[in-house]
Amino acid sequence: MLSVSEVDAAYGRARVLFGVGLEVPAGSLVCVMGRNGVGKTTLLKTVMGTLTPTAGRITLDGQDITRMPTHQRVRAGMAYVPQGHVSFPQLTVWENLQVTLEATAHRDPSAVDEALDVFPALKEFFKRPAGFLSGGQRQQLAIARALITRPRLLLLDEPTEGIQPSVIDEIENAIERLHREAGLTVLLVEQYLDFALRLADSFVVMDAGEVVHAGAVEELHNEEVRRMLAV
Amino acid sequence: MGALANQLPIGLSIAAVLLLIALGLTFTFGQMGVINMAHGEFIMAGAYTAYLLQGFTSQSFLIALPVAFVVAGLMGLLLEWSLIRRFYGRPLDTLLLTWGVSLVLQQLARDIFGAPNVQVTAPGWLVGGVDLLGVRLPYNRMFIIVLAVLCVVGVWVYLTKLPQGRRMRAVVQNRELAGYSGIATGRVDRFTFLLGSGLAGVAGVALTLVGPVGPSLGTFYIVDAFLVVVAGGLGQLRGAVLAALALGFLNGYLEFWTDASLAKVLVFVAIIAFLQVRPQGMFVLKGRTLV
Repeated sequence: MLSVSEVDAAYGRARVLFGVGLEVPAGSLVCVMGRNGVGKTTLLKTVMGTLTPTAGRITLDGQDITRMPTHQRVRAGMAYVPQGHVSFPQLTVWENLQVTLEATAHRDPSAVDEALDVFPALKEFFKRPAGFLSGGQRQQLAIARALITRPRLLLLDEPTEGIQPSVIDEIENAIERLHREAGLTVLLVEQYLDFALRLADSFVVMDAGEVVHAGAVEELHNEEVRRMLAV
Repeated sequence: MGALANQLPIGLSIAAVLLLIALGLTFTFGQMGVINMAHGEFIMAGAYTAYLLQGFTSQSFLIALPVAFVVAGLMGLLLEWSLIRRFYGRPLDTLLLTWGVSLVLQQLARDIFGAPNVQVTAPGWLVGGVDLLGVRLPYNRMFIIVLAVLCVVGVWVYLTKLPQGRRMRAVVQNRELAGYSGIATGRVDRFTFLLGSGLAGVAGVALTLVGPVGPSLGTFYIVDAFLVVVAGGLGQLRGAVLAALALGFLNGYLEFWTDASLAKVLVFVAIIAFLQVRPQGMFVLKGRTLV
């Protein structure tokens, strides 16, 4: 579904990605692993069009999207939940969801209900500004917002990082259900090996802006691969 | 006492004009981080629009309000599209850039309309006034106040009730996330500029009721309008309203007690003192996090 080939990207003059390649087949869950600062988030941002690659090609279902504006990628079926449980802090929970719905092509209000079925707890906070929610609640909101666009491909950047343990399970279960039962294709950046082992079909390991290893999830039991991930 | 009370509608109408000007700036400066010095020239454009339209029909003053909104709004849109969008995230560069644009527009006005001031004749129904409890309420001042109230209510409804306003708030609160939510951020930016500049144009029409129109009309108000935005708290509608009121009255009464130049000095001193105590302005974004 998503194909990234030979992509270079840079923040100004500081190059961060060096010839990164990645395949996300339809219906799979691919996990991007690696230490902090190796370019995982940059890779996702480049896939979403926040950064334009200086070289290389990104395609979605064979269509070249390398230079497509971000909002059009969303309409093409990609949704992204950035790191750090971000929301529109001064908009209420309802407005956060509504503003996303209004920007979709389908504009089907039942998409909001479907997203709330995944995280029913959000209904309690409908009238609260999102900035007042806890990190875990905001992350649920962030994923719900992504689901409203009815994505075919969901990009998640460390969805459980910095979140209270009680909510982590809820979020992990939700991602598992979306992938296993609804068949959603997922590209996941994750540090937790356990979660990756449980869900991923395949994985790539990044280091210093390059993909240094790619393989099926079984290989994560391999000693050498584990060493690459050790801090 | 009577003279003091008579300053009331004057102070209020100054506040109203400042508010109309600052409304646009709270979006473009307070929320998008663009220091738009050419905002003052949109006021001027609005005022000249009223000048050009006068005499066509008996209601040309009222017609001038929406026309000036469109004229100034389109100028703002053009400025955003042609120049400013290349300068997001570089506020100091936008200052220099828009200051240059401001000078060009002022010269353009001189070339088209001539350097001397021109006068817009107020419609008959705005001449005169009414005495209420011993306070003289001039119709033109009252009109400006009502106009400002209507614009503030309009902007508030737009921002809180309409999908377009919701999108605008989303973009100013988190531009990147707005893109990830499928919002065409570039189009929203352009429309924000159209709205903010259009309101400046409306303020320009209002100003023709209380003074002459000249190429440098905007320069008299732009600094005060920025002060309103800074003192009110960046991007805060109610902050802008309160700050405009405070500044309008302070200006009005200090001018009455001292003179125009000393009043300006005292206002500046007051604002500097205020910002020492509350550098973030009257209101700030509240919440567990700003992200």
